Amino acid sequence: MTTVREIAEANVQREIRRRWLLTAPALIVIFLAAIGPLFVMLLYSFMVKGDYGDVKFGQFSLDGWFNVFFTRDIFDDTLTFADAHLSILWRSISLSLITTVTTLFFGFPTAYFIATRPQHQRDTWLFVVTIPFWTNILIRTFAMQEVLRNEGIVNSALMAMHLINSPIQIMFTNWAVLFGMVYVYLPLMVLPLYASMEKIDFRLVEAGYDLYATRIQVLRRIIIPLVNPGIIAGSILVFIPSLGAYVTPRVLGGGKSMMLGNLIELQFGQGRDWPLGAALSITLMVVVTLALLVYVRNASKGEGSHG
Amino acid sequence: MAKGFSVRSQPGFVFIALLCFFLLYLPIATLVFYAFNAGVSVAVWEGFSLRWFQSAMHNTQVQEATLRSVFIAVTSAFLSTIAATMAALATTRTANYPGLTFKYAFINQPLMVPEIVTAVALLIVFSRIKIWTGYSGIGYLLAAHTAFCIPFAYLPIRARLENMDLTLERAAADLYATPWNAFKRVTLPLMWPGIIAGFMLAFVTSLDDVVITEFVKSGGQETLPTYMLGQLRRVVTPEINAISTVFLAISILFVTIFFFLNRKKV
Amino acid sequence: MKVKLKLLMAGIAFFATAGIAHADGELNIFNWGNYTNPDVIKKFEEKYKVKVTITDYDSNDTALAKVRAGGHGFDMVVPSGNFMPIWISDGLLLETRPDQMENFKNVDPAWVNVPYDPGRHYSVPWQWGTVGVVVNTSKYKGDINTWDIIFKTPDELKGKVNLVPEMNDVMDAAIKYNGGKHCSLDKEVLKKARNTLVNAKPNWVSMEYSTIDKMVKGDFLATSDWNGSAMRQRLQNPDIKYGYPKEGFTTWMDNLSVLKDAKNIDNAKLFQNFVMDPENAAGLSAFARCGNGILGSDKFMPADMKDAPELIIPKAMEGHYEFATACPPEVTEIYTKIWTEVMK
Repeated sequence: MTTVREIAEANVQREIRRRWLLTAPALIVIFLAAIGPLFVMLLYSFMVKGDYGDVKFGQFSLDGWFNVFFTRDIFDDTLTFADAHLSILWRSISLSLITTVTTLFFGFPTAYFIATRPQHQRDTWLFVVTIPFWTNILIRTFAMQEVLRNEGIVNSALMAMHLINSPIQIMFTNWAVLFGMVYVYLPLMVLPLYASMEKIDFRLVEAGYDLYATRIQVLRRIIIPLVNPGIIAGSILVFIPSLGAYVTPRVLGGGKSMMLGNLIELQFGQGRDWPLGAALSITLMVVVTLALLVYVRNASKGEGSHG
Repeated sequence: MAKGFSVRSQPGFVFIALLCFFLLYLPIATLVFYAFNAGVSVAVWEGFSLRWFQSAMHNTQVQEATLRSVFIAVTSAFLSTIAATMAALATTRTANYPGLTFKYAFINQPLMVPEIVTAVALLIVFSRIKIWTGYSGIGYLLAAHTAFCIPFAYLPIRARLENMDLTLERAAADLYATPWNAFKRVTLPLMWPGIIAGFMLAFVTSLDDVVITEFVKSGGQETLPTYMLGQLRRVVTPEINAISTVFLAISILFVTIFFFLNRKKV
Repeated sequence: MKVKLKLLMAGIAFFATAGIAHADGELNIFNWGNYTNPDVIKKFEEKYKVKVTITDYDSNDTALAKVRAGGHGFDMVVPSGNFMPIWISDGLLLETRPDQMENFKNVDPAWVNVPYDPGRHYSVPWQWGTVGVVVNTSKYKGDINTWDIIFKTPDELKGKVNLVPEMNDVMDAAIKYNGGKHCSLDKEVLKKARNTLVNAKPNWVSMEYSTIDKMVKGDFLATSDWNGSAMRQRLQNPDIKYGYPKEGFTTWMDNLSVLKDAKNIDNAKLFQNFVMDPENAAGLSAFARCGNGILGSDKFMPADMKDAPELIIPKAMEGHYEFATACPPEVTEIYTKIWTEVMK
């Protein structure tokens, strides 16, 4: 005779199997075409670098990893801590943070706007927001140059309105890079926010007003907590990829100020140090994964089934 | 309550949203503007002309590249959205179980590695496979794109799912609905905006991809971004603006049709 | 959703069949972006009934990495002269003996015995050029034939100078500027070169490749650049002039070669021969705006290229230039280290 306990256990087993089956396609595809090949990278980080790029396969060395943390002066061979790497890391992290906050600032009202349109219009508005991004990134960045350069739209407009007398140098500065990054990453913030906002039960909002809350209070205490998953998702989608970005900083920043993405890309190109490139990216990946895991652990503690 | 008080409006939001739209389209407007440039530059206006549209009509290389980009983007977005939806269902709205953290990290992994690294790693692995199997078709690009699109589709869907009310699904079960029916008629429609958002994000991400495609592509598999990248070091002519304008026009047409189709439903 | 699904199915069907139906003759060329005249390709396609595809790369390093990895599907590639030794020593190129082909007699003898392919057993000249300085002379009236523009920027140009970040060209310029020779290992010279670069960097506004629009529009007032680009700029703005630095500059050549694991070897050889024809070579030049190394192509060149100063090295500069060759690995390693330091 089957006990209640056995039935319960069978249910749990079924649940576990079901979950694995559901996640299987995603896991398989990512393993085959994203994570699996990275093991090759891990292997490469322990090899001797080739003379003209690539690695001398089979010859092992810790130089790749060593060069992540230390630099040897070219001429007198002294060993120093790789603070160039550190400053590049700092530059990238601050740029990514500011980009995330800025996209949140612009993205939140935009997503909210779309979510509060009449039902049948919402998908169309979503398209309107994403259509600019159907042109590809390189040509958009070129178009951005046209807006930002000294004879471009912004400067011409400001001069026509007599707010300035001579053009402000925006191109090739950090501001240009910020504009470009926000422009590129905006949909990654808006879409998750929208997905979360679309379901806001405005009766809760109305209840807040009935209790004499001001608009700002309603925003802070009702709307934002309801949309929290969207905010988190959007922030992850903007912050993490922007750490490794290199097209936008290179084109709009002029290439003088190196970001993490540029540093890594250099190793696979003219820097001809694939092991170092591999080691740098694995370091980046590990750091980010750890941060993400800490977040998930904490978020899951508060999660359960909503009833 | 005073009449005309809208529960939904927030101070300044509409203004910022509209400003956002304006700024989003400003570079696009520039882009379209220079597509009609009579000169050879993408920055110096020399009068109105349709020459670049004509030249784009004759440039089969660019046309093929564009079509290929769209094909890859639509297919990868489609596949990755399906995979992401399934994964989201299994990893959201549950208490922490062994393996949840692992799955979450795994699924989001493509986000965390700089593209150049994935690109080189894929180059090495896929090239081996190409040599062994002799197949060097578009499958590799599709696999690579689908893989990195999954986290982009996953996160919006998950965000949508996280606050969804389970009582509706329980009600369906109480009414003797099978799990599949409950899913089809209750969960899926509720999730739909998240799925659409995820699909569009994946589509846009795939369309834009330069680095990974550059390294994985084989002979004759140029996509629009890689074509442009190749031009970057030489000359960029307004021909690329012309192609993008045509592309934009088609997309806007598509959206307008979509809008009218939806209006009828109301 | 239904509409989307149908479109998707149609698209997949279209591409699936398009992939299966093969052309009778094929040729897959791997070349720099925007470097192959489509008219020349069309002429070749019609003459030999071959379908040609062109796939782009944006750097010698990318091209090398892709071909080395294998399974690429390309038949031909166009590496620069200073990379050719790597391609040949790695066994990536097929020895097609262009010197035994019909049109070989047209090749300018100056370009036959090049250091990386003496006697032309592997490759055919595609385009050649020089690397120098481009200046907007409306803002600067001084001597433009010097690397001072980049390394010791005059005040009128400060903050508006660009440097194209092509490592080999820049290192070479810096070394020659400090009196060294190409591929020099002299520590003193290298140290000076490094310091020159590091000290000049604050005066540069950027380090990027797409110079044409920016020079024409005035975002840059000067830049290092190759001659084809300079000519394009001058044609849009006559104030822009090309300078041949007297301290020393390099000439480069890109070479059409066949890959060892090519699938369409016969068509590839036909194309190598095709390119050595003066009229076709002129077609390539007209598109890329550079010299081609084939005798007799002058009469087919477009009018605005016939007397272009960017294509003709002035007599006064004879002996001031060297051909860019590959340096031995130890040298390249140091150069790369210096370059990385400058880039950071």
